[in-house]
Amino acid sequence: MYSFVTLLKKEILRFWKVGFQTVMAPVLTALLYQMIFSHVLSQHVEAYPGVSYTAFLIPGLAMMSMAQNAFANSSSSLIQSKITGSIVFLLLPPLSAPAFFGAYLLASIVRGLAVGAGVLLVTAGFGLPLPAQPLWLLAFAVLGCGVLGALGIMAGIWADKFDQLAAFQNFLIMPLTFLSGVFYSINSLPPLWRGVSHLNPVFYMIDGFRYGFFGQADVSPWLSLAVVGGCFVALSAWLMRLIVSGYKLRH
Amino acid sequence: MTHAISIDAVSKRFASLQALDRISFTVEHGEFFALLGPNGAGKTTLISAMAGLSRADSGRIRIMGLDTVTETRDARMKLGVVPQELVFDPFFSVRETLTFQSGYFGIRRNDAWVDELLHKLGLTDKANVNMRALSGGMKRRVMVAQALVHRPPVIVLDEPTAGVDVELRQSLWTFVKELNAAGHTIVLTTHYLEEAEALCSRIAMMKKGRLIALENKDTLLSRSAAREVSLQLSGELPASLRPLYLRQQDGRHILALPDISQLERVLGELRLAAVEVRELTVHETGLEQVFVKLMHGGQA
Ligand SMILES: Nc1ncnc2c1ncn2[C@@H]1O[C@H](COP(=O)(O)OP(=O)(O)OP(=O)(O)O)[C@@H](O)[C@H]1O
Ligand SMILES: [Mg+2]
Repeated sequence: MYSFVTLLKKEILRFWKVGFQTVMAPVLTALLYQMIFSHVLSQHVEAYPGVSYTAFLIPGLAMMSMAQNAFANSSSSLIQSKITGSIVFLLLPPLSAPAFFGAYLLASIVRGLAVGAGVLLVTAGFGLPLPAQPLWLLAFAVLGCGVLGALGIMAGIWADKFDQLAAFQNFLIMPLTFLSGVFYSINSLPPLWRGVSHLNPVFYMIDGFRYGFFGQADVSPWLSLAVVGGCFVALSAWLMRLIVSGYKLRH
Repeated sequence: MTHAISIDAVSKRFASLQALDRISFTVEHGEFFALLGPNGAGKTTLISAMAGLSRADSGRIRIMGLDTVTETRDARMKLGVVPQELVFDPFFSVRETLTFQSGYFGIRRNDAWVDELLHKLGLTDKANVNMRALSGGMKRRVMVAQALVHRPPVIVLDEPTAGVDVELRQSLWTFVKELNAAGHTIVLTTHYLEEAEALCSRIAMMKKGRLIALENKDTLLSRSAAREVSLQLSGELPASLRPLYLRQQDGRHILALPDISQLERVLGELRLAAVEVRELTVHETGLEQVFVKLMHGGQA
C-alpha cells in the first residue's frame, strides 16, 4: 500500500514540477480555441434550447483537454522511464501490479482534473452556467480521465520508441478526441456521421460531461455512463493482466 | 539448510542465442562471491533472472530460500541489485530518489539509513542536488545507495566500478567489505580481475552462457603455473631451458617457474652457457592469467 502511495506521489510530482508545460500550456491552448471559435461562431444557432454555442463549447473543450492530458501523462512518463532505463527502479522492488497500475492511473486522473479545472476557470467568463448536475459532471470527468489514462499506460508499455507513441497519439487519440462532438452537437450531423460518432467512446465522455452542466445532452447520461464505465472496466482488467504477465516490461 | 542464492539449471534463450545454458551453483550466507566472464558471457542475464527483471526459460532461482517466481515479493525484499547500465530519473534530487526508492519497498521513514548511505558513499553534500547535475561516478554511487535502501541480506553489484575514480573505488570497496563483515552476502561482477582477486573468496567464471569454473580463489590460483620469471639476457636462451619457455615479451624471455626453487636451476644453466642476466623479475601468477587461460579453452 505504501509503495502505491509513493509511486503516486512521484508521478504527481513529476508533472507538477513542470506544471507550466503540463498544466498551464493545455489550459492556454483551450482558451485560444474558445476565443477563436466563439468569435467565429457566436452567431451560430443555439446548440440546445437556451444554451448558446459559446457556452456549449466550454465543457467539450475542457473534456477534450482532460482526455488528452490524462493520456499524455501516463504514456510519456512510462516511455521516458523505459527509454532511459530508470523503469528498472520500479521493477526491482516488490511493487504489485495493482499498485503499479493504480499509481499511474490516478496520477493521470489528477493531471486531467487539474487541466480541466484550469480550462473551466479561464473559459467560464464566456457564459458557462453553474453545473446543473454536479455529480454527473464529476463522474464523467473522473471516468473520462481514467479511460484515457489507462490507454496511456497501454501505449506507454507497448511503445518502444517515441515515434511509436507519437503515432498512437496522432492517429488514434487525436482523431477520437477531435471527432467526438467537441465543436458541434452531433445531432447536426448527417445520419452516417452521427452513426460513426456513436462508436467513439470519447463522444460519450463529452456528452455526459455536458449533461453535468446543462442538464441536457445528445444521448441519455445513463447510456454515456454505461459506455464510458464499461470501457474503463474492460481496459483496466485487460491492462492488469498485461502487467502481471510482464508484457514488454520483463523480457 | 538454505543458501543465500541457489541457482538450479537455469537456461535462457534470446532468439537463436543461448544466453544461459543450464547454469547451476549456490552462494552461501556471508560469502563474497565473484561472477566473472568476458563481454556477453551472460552475467547480466543471470542477474536479471535473479532479480525478476527477466524470466528464465527453465530452472529455478531462490534468494534466501525464496523462489523468485512463486515467492516474488519476499524474494525481492531480500535482494539488492546495482544494475550495470547507468540510469537515473532526471526529475529528482539524490535524496528524493532514495526516499522514493525506500517507498517502493514499502519503507516509510528511512531518513536515518538514507543519511548513513549518503555519508558512506560520499554523497552527503550532494543530497539536494538534481540527479542530472551529478557526474557519472556520482550517479553510480546513487545507484549503489538505491540498491541498499531496504537493507537486503543479498547484494548483487553488476560492474559497480565501471567509470568510477580510484578514490571512490577504494571507499566503495571499504563500504562493501563492511557490509560483508556485517553478514551481507555479496555477489560482484567486474572486469577488473585484481578487484575480484583482492576481495572475493569464491569465483565463478562464465563463458558463452556456461559455467566453466567455480572454485575457491586459492584453488583456482594454484591451478595455474604458479610463477613466471622474466629475463633479459645477453645472448640466446640455452636449449636446456626450452621446456620452461612460455613467450617473448618486450625483448625478455618469460619462463614458467612451477616452483621457486627452480630459479636456482635456471640461473645455473645460464651461468653454464655463459649467458649474462641483465634483468630479472619474478611474477606471481594472478587471476588474470588463470582467466585468460580458461577463456581460451585450455584447462588451467
Ligand atoms: N534483451 C536481449 N535480447 C537479445 N539478446 C540479449 C538481450 N540481453 C542480452 N542479450 C545477449 O545475451 C548475451 C549475454 O549478455 P549479458 O548482458 O548477460 O552479458 P554480460 O556477461 O553481462 O556481458 P558484459 O560483461 O558485457 O556486461 C549477449 O550475447 C547479449 O547480446
Ligand atoms: Mg553485463
